[in-house]
Amino acid sequence: MLKIRNLESGYGKIKVLKHVSMHVDPGEIVTIIGANGAGKTTLLSTIAGLVKAASGEAEFKGTNILKSKAAAIPALGCVMVPEGRQVFATMTVEENLLLGGHVLQKQGKQVLVELLEYQYELFPILRDRRNQLAGTLSGGEQQMLAMGRALMSKPSLVMMDEPSTGLAPLIVKEIFQIIVRLRQEGNTVLLVEQNAKAALGIADRGYVLETGKIILQGPAEDLLANQDVQRAYLGREKTEEK
Amino acid sequence: MYWQEDKECMSRGDLEQLQLERLQSTLYRVGTHVPFYRQKFSEMKLDYEGFNSLEDIRKLPFTTKQDLRDSYPYGLFAVPLREVVRVHSSSGTTGQATVVGYTKNDIKNWSDLVARVLCAAGVTADDVIQIAFGYGLFTGGFGIHYGAERLGASVIPISAGNTKRQIQIMQDFKTTALVCTPSYALNIADVLFDMGINPAGLSLKVGLFGAEPWSEAMRREINEKLGIKATDNYGLSEVMGPGVAGECQECNGLHINEDHFLVEVLDPETLEPVEPGEVGELVITTLTKEAFPMIRYRTRDLTRLLHEPCPCGRIFTRMHRILGRTDDMLIIKGVNVFPTQIESILFNIDGTEPHYRIVVERENHQDRATVMVEVRESLFSDQMSKQRALIDTIKRKLNSELGIGVAVKLVEEKTLERFEGKGQRVIDKRKI
Repeated sequence: MLKIRNLESGYGKIKVLKHVSMHVDPGEIVTIIGANGAGKTTLLSTIAGLVKAASGEAEFKGTNILKSKAAAIPALGCVMVPEGRQVFATMTVEENLLLGGHVLQKQGKQVLVELLEYQYELFPILRDRRNQLAGTLSGGEQQMLAMGRALMSKPSLVMMDEPSTGLAPLIVKEIFQIIVRLRQEGNTVLLVEQNAKAALGIADRGYVLETGKIILQGPAEDLLANQDVQRAYLGREKTEEK
Repeated sequence: MYWQEDKECMSRGDLEQLQLERLQSTLYRVGTHVPFYRQKFSEMKLDYEGFNSLEDIRKLPFTTKQDLRDSYPYGLFAVPLREVVRVHSSSGTTGQATVVGYTKNDIKNWSDLVARVLCAAGVTADDVIQIAFGYGLFTGGFGIHYGAERLGASVIPISAGNTKRQIQIMQDFKTTALVCTPSYALNIADVLFDMGINPAGLSLKVGLFGAEPWSEAMRREINEKLGIKATDNYGLSEVMGPGVAGECQECNGLHINEDHFLVEVLDPETLEPVEPGEVGELVITTLTKEAFPMIRYRTRDLTRLLHEPCPCGRIFTRMHRILGRTDDMLIIKGVNVFPTQIESILFNIDGTEPHYRIVVERENHQDRATVMVEVRESLFSDQMSKQRALIDTIKRKLNSELGIGVAVKLVEEKTLERFEGKGQRVIDKRKI
């Protein structure tokens, strides 16, 4: 579905990503883990067209997306749930969701109504709050709203940037359960996370990004078992010396 | 039919994407974790992080058996020993041995790859599989064992040797799949015949044979005499062990597990790629190994790639059964033997002359090696006991160093033909 080869990108003269190659197959949850500043968000932003790539290739469902404008990419079926939610605080929950469905507007009202219903089923709390201003929601609810907003366009690939940021562990668990449910319903998810343990726990495959380079990749269970990953990201370094 | 259909039947484009991703992270791994490669890369001023395509592999340095020997025992490991859960060693000798290691993930991948090979050969979870490869440091026994367990077959870890017992167990346990060297399979067939047992009365239906070169004629003979479908499989401890490549039921070339191994076929002289489909040396780069990654390992095995699609549906390119070696290594009873090993042993035994001949024959499908060595004339005029003592010493030393029994014959000085230039000290009379 998404194939990236030797992608390089950054900001001005600062090169953040170096020769990044990765792919996402349909129906997978793929996670990109890495520390602060490793380049995770830059990678997602480059795919979403928000940051311009310096070189490399990125193909989404056969289309070269490095040539597409950021505004055109969601219509191809690739949407991003940005870090820190970024919901429209002064609009209601339902208005936020409907905005997410704008690319489907031409398909008629009925489609949007069905999609709204689907989001409310997935996130029952949003139904209760449908007329509330988004800014009054709790962090977890805003995250759900941001996810629901992205799903309103019936994307083939949902990219999520740090959905666990600033959320209580219980809420994180709930959000991750919803991501698993999204896969069960046939969605494809590219999940960027600092919370490596939680992300690898639900992902099919993973990539470890370090200072802009992919240093490890493989099935999620292999990465969980990998001692380098354990040491660096799972905080499981065992001290055997007495 | 397939063990990992999503990989075995993936599209060529997806495979190449996966290979590139895996090659890039392998290069990072060896470039940062293995001093041998870090040094080689820096000597060659190689930007190993700047790899853009699979073709770039041609810029990488080779790894040879000698590099492995020089790094004995753990020099080429890419992880600290505490992460290694298994160590194997080539059927080698002191000073000549090579050591390889595996992490937990390596063992898991290895098991899956062997399971693929077994599955392709027709083995299923319902089979009773008799593994007559040697267990121990040799990768053959344990490699197949873990793969067969992964597949869910019932494993009989009988190991090599004691043919009558093998047959007894084959009858009593109703073995359906046999794994051993092809010559041992024929040996079993002969013993069956001598014991008056009709193979048709056995439950055997498939056999996987490897660890030594064999031929189509041998396959026919095995199929006929044991009433089974014999397939070939290939592997070498330096890159993993069994599970590198294996035949499907088309019996027309071995599918290489290309998502884990990147292969090249090169002209052994120029080290340039041969024309597609031409014979050359097989060079393998591992793509997923954690503990013991290998970059462009020169196998010294000669083969050619078969690029035509296979009716079985597997996307992986096939290689022709091994056609020979680029060096003088002999495979005797499945054990790798270099004439130079025998030479250095002989040189260190008092009373022998530096002239010898190694004769390898195959009798009743069993390999037999005889070392003929010149001794000082005085020894022949001496008592017989001295000659016998010398023969015993040589035999013992060869046996302990090579790991195989070798017959020894003393000959008088200057009776072996002398060579001018390159000598032919090995006489391989085996017809395979």
